[in-house]
Amino acid sequence: MITQATAQPVVEEGYECTFDRPESLKDKQFHYCPGCSHGIYHRLIAEMVDEFGLLDRTVGICPVGCSVFAYRYFEFDMIEASHGRAPAVATGVKRNRPDLFVFTYQGDGDLAAIGTAEIIHAAARGERMTVFFVNNGIFGMTGGQMAPTSLPGQKTTTSPAGRDVGRTGQPLKICELLSTLDGVAYLARVPLTSPKNINVARRYMRNAIRAQLDDVGFALVEALTACPVQWGMTPVKAVQYIDSTVVNMFPPGEIVNRLPAKKD
Amino acid sequence: MQGKRQLIKGNEALGLGAIAGGCDCFFGYPITPQNEVPELLSWAMPRWNRVFLQAESEVSSINMIYGAASAGMRAMTSSSSPGISLMMEGLSYIAGAELPCLVVNVMRGGPGLGSITPSQGDYFQACKGGGHGDYHNLVFAPWNVQEMFSFPAMAFDFADKYRNPAMILADGVLGQMMEPAIIPEDFPPIEKPAKPWATNGRNGRNCQNVINSLVIDPYELNDHCKKIQAKYKQAAKECKWDTRYVEDADVLVVAYGIAARLALSGCKLARKKGVKAGLFRPITLFPYPSEPLRDVAKGKARILVVELSSGQMVEDVRLAMNGALPVEFYGEMGGVLPSPSEVRDKIIEVLG
Repeated sequence: MITQATAQPVVEEGYECTFDRPESLKDKQFHYCPGCSHGIYHRLIAEMVDEFGLLDRTVGICPVGCSVFAYRYFEFDMIEASHGRAPAVATGVKRNRPDLFVFTYQGDGDLAAIGTAEIIHAAARGERMTVFFVNNGIFGMTGGQMAPTSLPGQKTTTSPAGRDVGRTGQPLKICELLSTLDGVAYLARVPLTSPKNINVARRYMRNAIRAQLDDVGFALVEALTACPVQWGMTPVKAVQYIDSTVVNMFPPGEIVNRLPAKKD
Repeated sequence: MQGKRQLIKGNEALGLGAIAGGCDCFFGYPITPQNEVPELLSWAMPRWNRVFLQAESEVSSINMIYGAASAGMRAMTSSSSPGISLMMEGLSYIAGAELPCLVVNVMRGGPGLGSITPSQGDYFQACKGGGHGDYHNLVFAPWNVQEMFSFPAMAFDFADKYRNPAMILADGVLGQMMEPAIIPEDFPPIEKPAKPWATNGRNGRNCQNVINSLVIDPYELNDHCKKIQAKYKQAAKECKWDTRYVEDADVLVVAYGIAARLALSGCKLARKKGVKAGLFRPITLFPYPSEPLRDVAKGKARILVVELSSGQMVEDVRLAMNGALPVEFYGEMGGVLPSPSEVRDKIIEVLG
C-alpha cells in the first residue's frame, strides 16, 4: 500500500531531522512511474531554489510530456507551456521581469524535437534563463515513441525493429549543438544514476543558476534519465543501461563554462 | 484627445496607440503589410521604457506573449494573415489559461502565401475561434487611422477585464494608408488593473500562482469552458457599432473596416441617384452587435453586406436577422477593392 507522507515529520525528542523535504517542494505524492528520474530532478530543483533563497522570486515553466503536471509539486509560481515553447514563454517573463529567477523544465521530445527552434534562439540571444533538460531518449507520456535522442538500434513503438539511423538520422546532441553559440554561459550533462552523480548534478545546477543570477548568459543542464517502463527494463537495469550505454552517445561533463572564477 | 494633428501611416498610428494604451512589451516577427508596427516599436518601446524583442517566428512570438501576459504585463504582437495562422495554437492556450493580450492582424490576401494586398479573408479565423477548442477572441475592427491609434487602449482594457485575448482586425489598406490623426506627443504611464493571479514571483504571497490551460478532469474542463463562454455573454453587453444615414434608409449596407469606408461612399453615391442607403458598421466583430443590427434594420427593405472576402461576416448578419430581411452579399477577394460606384450599383440592384 502506498501511503502519503505526513506534512510535518515527527522527530522524537533527542533526535534531529537531518534529511527532509525542501521547503520549495510540496508534500505531494509524485505521479511518476517506478524508477523514473523526474522525482529526483524535481527534488534537486527544489533544493536549489531553497539554497539560493529564491522561493519568493522564482517562475518555473513546465513542458508537455510526463512532467506536464510539474507545477503540482513546487511551491513557487509556475506556468504550463505548450509543447516545446517553454523557452519562448520564459523569454516573455524574463524580458519583462529581469529580477525574477526563471527556469524551464523540458523533456527531449519537448526541447529536442518540436521545440528545437525555441531552444536554439533562446540560447543564441543569451536569454538569462536556466534550462533543466530531461533526456530519457523516448516519448514517455504518449507511449514510448522514438525521440530525436533515441539511440541507434533502440526499440520504440515507432521504431519496433530498432532505430534505423540510415532512415532517421543520428541522435541530436543538444549540448554539443548549443555549444557553438556565443550567448551560452553554461552547458553540462550528467546521468542521474547514483548518489555520486546526483552530487555532480547539484554542482552543475548550482552553476547553471549562477549563470542567470550573475547575468552571464543562457544555461542548460542535461540530465540523462531513466524511463524503465517505456524502455521495458527494471529500474535497476535502466540505471545500469544509462551508465553502460547512453553515456557513450551523450558523454557527461561540463561542455561550456563561461562563469567567472569564484573569488573566494 | 490632447495631441497634434498629423499625417501618419495606419501601422505607425497603431504602434503609438499601443504605447498610449500601456503596452509593456511587444514580441513579433516581420511580415508584410504590417512591418511598420515593429519597425516603429523597435525604437519607441525602449524610449518609453517598454520591452521590444524580435522573435524567431510567430510561433515563438505568441508564446513570448503567453509568458509576458502570465507575468501580468500588457503584451502585444502584430502580424499578418499567414503569421496569424501560425499563432493559433498559442492563442488557444492563452484563451484557455484566461490570459489577456493583444494580437493585431493586418490582413492580406489568402489562402496560402496569397498576396500582400488588403483582404478581409480572416474574419472566420479571428471571430470563430481560429485555434482548437471552444474559445473566441474579442475582435475590434478600426476603419481609419485615428481608430488604429485609439483601438489598442480599448482592446487592452477589454482583454484585461475579461482575461481573454483581444484582436485588432485591420487590413493592408488601413496599415499602409496615411491620413490625418490626432496623436499625443508623450505617453506617460497609465493606471492598469491589478493582476493578483499573475505568475510573477510570490514576493510574500502565501501561495503559489499557476498559469495553465490543462484541466484533465472532464467535469472540471466542462465547468471551465462554461465559465469562459459566460464571459462572452457578458462581453456581448459591451458590443460596439456605428451607423451613418440609417434613419430613412431603404437599403442597409453592413460592412466593417476599410470595406465600410467604401460602403459609405457607395451609400452617398446611391443617395445622389435617389436611392436611400445607410451604413451599419460593426466595431466589435466578436461579440457581434446582433441586437443593435436587428434594431437598426427594422423597417428596411434589404440588407447588403460588403466585404473583401467571399462572404464571411455575412453569415453573422444572417444569423442576427434570422430571416427577418433578405440579406444580399457583394465582395471581392485577392486585394481587389470594389469602387464606390460599384457598391452604389449593387445597392441599386438589390433594391430591385
